[in-house]
Amino acid sequence: MTNSSGASLAQPDAGSRLAGWGKVLGIFGLLVAIVVTTGAMNPRFFGAENLENVLQRTALFGIIGIGAAFPIVTAGIDLSIGSVIALVATCLPPLLDAGVPAGPAVIAVLLLAAGLGLIHGLLITRLGLQPFVVTLCGLLVYRGVARYIVDDQTVGFGDSYDGLRTLATGRPFSIGALDVPAPALVLLAVAVLAAIFLGRSVWGRWMLALGRNPTAARYAGVPVERVTILAYVICSLLAGVGGVLFALDVNSVQPASMGNFYELYAIAAAVLGGCSLRGGEGSILGVVLGAAVMRLLYNSIVLLGIPSQLEFAIVGGVLLLGAIADEVVRRLAEARRARERARARTERTT
Amino acid sequence: MTTRLSARGLVRRFPGVLALGGVDLDAGPGEVVALVGENGAGKSTLLKCLAGLEQPDEGSMTYEGGAWAPRSTADAASGGVALVHQELCLAENLSAAENIGLGREPRRGWMPLVDREVLRERAAHALERVGATFGPDVKVETLAAGQRQLVEIAKGIDQDARVLILDEPTSSLTSRETARLFELVHQLRADDITVLYVSHRLTEILELADRAFVLRDGQNAGHLTRDELTRDAMVRMMVGRDLAPPAARAVAGEAAGAPVLELKELVSDAFPAAAVDLQVRPGELVGLAGLVGAGRTELLETVFGLRAPVSGEVRVEGQPRRFRGPRDAAAAGLALVPEDRKLQGLLLEEGVRVNTALATLDRRSRRGIVDRAAEREVAAAQVDRLGVRTSGIEQVVQTLSGGNQQKVVVGRWLAAEPAILLMDEPTRGVDVGAREELYLLLERLAAEGLAVLFASSDMEELLRLADRVVVLHDGQVTGTLDRSLATEEAVMELATGGGLEAEGSTTI
Repeated sequence: MTNSSGASLAQPDAGSRLAGWGKVLGIFGLLVAIVVTTGAMNPRFFGAENLENVLQRTALFGIIGIGAAFPIVTAGIDLSIGSVIALVATCLPPLLDAGVPAGPAVIAVLLLAAGLGLIHGLLITRLGLQPFVVTLCGLLVYRGVARYIVDDQTVGFGDSYDGLRTLATGRPFSIGALDVPAPALVLLAVAVLAAIFLGRSVWGRWMLALGRNPTAARYAGVPVERVTILAYVICSLLAGVGGVLFALDVNSVQPASMGNFYELYAIAAAVLGGCSLRGGEGSILGVVLGAAVMRLLYNSIVLLGIPSQLEFAIVGGVLLLGAIADEVVRRLAEARRARERARARTERTT
Repeated sequence: MTTRLSARGLVRRFPGVLALGGVDLDAGPGEVVALVGENGAGKSTLLKCLAGLEQPDEGSMTYEGGAWAPRSTADAASGGVALVHQELCLAENLSAAENIGLGREPRRGWMPLVDREVLRERAAHALERVGATFGPDVKVETLAAGQRQLVEIAKGIDQDARVLILDEPTSSLTSRETARLFELVHQLRADDITVLYVSHRLTEILELADRAFVLRDGQNAGHLTRDELTRDAMVRMMVGRDLAPPAARAVAGEAAGAPVLELKELVSDAFPAAAVDLQVRPGELVGLAGLVGAGRTELLETVFGLRAPVSGEVRVEGQPRRFRGPRDAAAAGLALVPEDRKLQGLLLEEGVRVNTALATLDRRSRRGIVDRAAEREVAAAQVDRLGVRTSGIEQVVQTLSGGNQQKVVVGRWLAAEPAILLMDEPTRGVDVGAREELYLLLERLAAEGLAVLFASSDMEELLRLADRVVVLHDGQVTGTLDRSLATEEAVMELATGGGLEAEGSTTI
C-alpha cells in the first residue's frame, strides 16, 4: 500500500527493519494461505460477487481496526468502538429525516464521535483514569443512549438518500469483472493518511515513543498528554466513520445490536496486524491485513461449510496462534540481541 | 585459614555471552570477603550461582567441606547461604515478621495455618540480632530503605545463614544507615558469619573487607589481602591499567559573564519550607551535593518544569520563566539528563537514532513530517562527538553498555544545543573508563560556554568536576564551597546539616 507502513520506530538499516516487516510478512503469508486453501476447496471464492463482499467487509472493519490501533500504540485500549458505531448509526437517520442536508449531518455525527474520543482522552490524561475503565464505561453509556434516542426502534434510510448511500454501497470503478466497493477507497485513503501520520510525522513518532516509555518521552519534552488525547480522538473519529458506513451499508440500524463486539474485532485486527498491547509498536499495513484475515476466515467458514457455531472458536484459535508466533519471534530476536551484546563486549575488551 | 565456601573454575554462559569464564573464590568463617569489578565483570552472576539463583555450566562449589549445588535461593538459604538483593525483594504489604518467615512459616500442628506467635518470636529475635529499632509487627511499606535491608538480613539470620551475601547494600542508604550497616557487618564477622560484600564504593571495601577478589570480564583479575588492599590496586585490577589520578580538571574553562541560570528563593513541592537561591554562569560546572533525600533531584526537576514550584522563580538569561513542563524548559534552552536513564531517559527497545532525535524531532521536520536524513545526520554526529561505541545508529540501546547509554541521553540533549545542562547523577552505573570520558566531555562543554548544574552522590566526582559545590540538606542550601575550599570533610559537614550526624562514611 505504502512504504511507510513498517512497524515501530526502528526502520531503515540493521535487523530492526527485518523484525518490523517480519510481522507484516507473517500476517500476509497467513492471508495468502487462507485465500489459496479456500479457493482450492471452493472455486466460488474467486467469484466477483464473493470477492466484492469480502472487500466491502474488510474495508469497514479495516477502518475501525486502524482506529483501534492508535490507543493500542500508546499502550492504552478503546473498548467503546462498537457503541460509538451504534450511537453514530442511530443518530444519522433521524438527523436526515429532520431535514439536515447529508453533508452537514455526516459532519455532525463525526464531530460527535471525535468529541467522545476527546472526553476519553481528557479523562485518561488529566484525571489519570485507566483507559480500560474509561472506555468500558463508554461502551455501556453510548449503547444505552443510542437505544434511548430512538426508543429501541430500528431506524434506516429507506429508499431515500441514495446519493449518500453510494458512499457505502457504490461501486465507482471496476478491475476486470470486479467492481471495487466505495468503502475500499475510503479505507485506502484512511490507511495512507494513518501510515504517513504514524510512520513519518512528528506526532506519530511521539506517539510510538510514549507507547514505549511515557516517562522518558515526557522527560524528553514530548507533549505526552496531547499526543495521548489525539490517539483517542482518532480512534473514536474512525469508529464514527465506520458507524456512518455500516449504517449506510445495512440500511437498517437496530440500536441494541448494531456494532456489538465490533471493538473486539477492531482490536483483534490491530493485534493480528502486529500492534503490541504493551504499546510502541504498530503497523497500519499490518492492521489492514489483519482485518482482511479476519474477514477471510469468516468467508471461508461459510464457503467451506464449516458449522457456523465454530466461527468464534476458529477466529480465536488463529489469534492465539498469531500471539504465540509473535512471542517466539520476539525471543529469537532477544537471543540475537544478546549475541550482539557479547560481540560488542569482546570488541571493547580487545 | 579454613574455607567455608569456595568456587573453582565456575563457568556460566548466556546466549552469546560468557558471563563467567572459570572463576575461583574462597571465603572462610568470620571473614568479610569483598567482590569488586566493573559493571558486567561477572559479580552478580557469581553471587547468583553461589546463592542458587543460577546454576553454573561448569566448575564446582564446596560449602562446609561438602559439594554445593543449590537449585534455588530457598535451597541455598536452607543450607545456610542467604542473598540480600541489591533491589530489596520484600512484600511491602506484609509485616516485618511475615517477610522474615515468608515461605517458612511455622504451622499450627498439622493444619495449614500460620502460628503467628512463634513467627513473631522468631522474627523479634532475628531483628534484635541485627540491631533493628522497630518491632516485628511493623508493615514493611512504612520502613525506610536501611530498615528494609535490616529485615532482609534478619531473614538470613532467621535461616541460620552462615554465609551472607550483600549485593550493593549501600546503594540506597543514607550515610547514617550505612554506618549502622557497617557496625552490623563487623558484628556478624565476630559471630563467625561469612560476609560476601559487593560494592562499587571502594572506600567501603577498604573499610570493611578482610580481602578482596577482583573480577574483570568474567575472569579473576586478582586477589588482594588486607595488607595489599588499596584503592589504586583495586582500580588497576578492575580496569586492567592505570588511571590518571582523578584529582584535577583536565580541561580548564573559565566561567564568564552574567548568570545564565538563576534560582530566586525557589521552593519545590518536596520541601515547602526551604527556599533555594543559586546561580550558574556560562562555562561553569556547579555540583549539587547532599545526602540521599536532601532534595537534589527534586530541585533539578523543579527547574526543568517536571514539578511545579510552590513559590520563587527560575530565571534564564535574566528573564523570569514559568515552565509548565519539560517541553517549555527545553524550548528555553534547558536540558535534563535524568537520574534513572532506563526509566526516565531511554526507549530501551529502540535504536540510537530514535533515542538521539527524540527531543528535537520537531526541529528536524518539515510541515510535521520528520526529515529522516536530518535525523540520521544528527544521530551520527552525536555518536561521533561523544564516542558512543555502537555498531551503527540503528543499534538497539538496550544492548549498549551503561556508559554508552548515558552518552546517548547526553547526545539527545546536546543535539538541542542547550545553554544550560542539568544532570542528575551523571555517571551512575557507568564503568570507570567511560566515566572518565564523560568527565572530559563535560569539561570540554563547559569550556565551550555551557552552564552545567549536576547533582552527584559521588564525592570524587563532585571534587573532580565542580567549580563550586552547593550543598543541600533537607532541601535547604547549607553552604557553597568554591573549588579551592571543597574538601570531602567540608562537604560532609554541610551535607549532614552542619555536623549533626557527621560519620566516618564518605558515601553521601
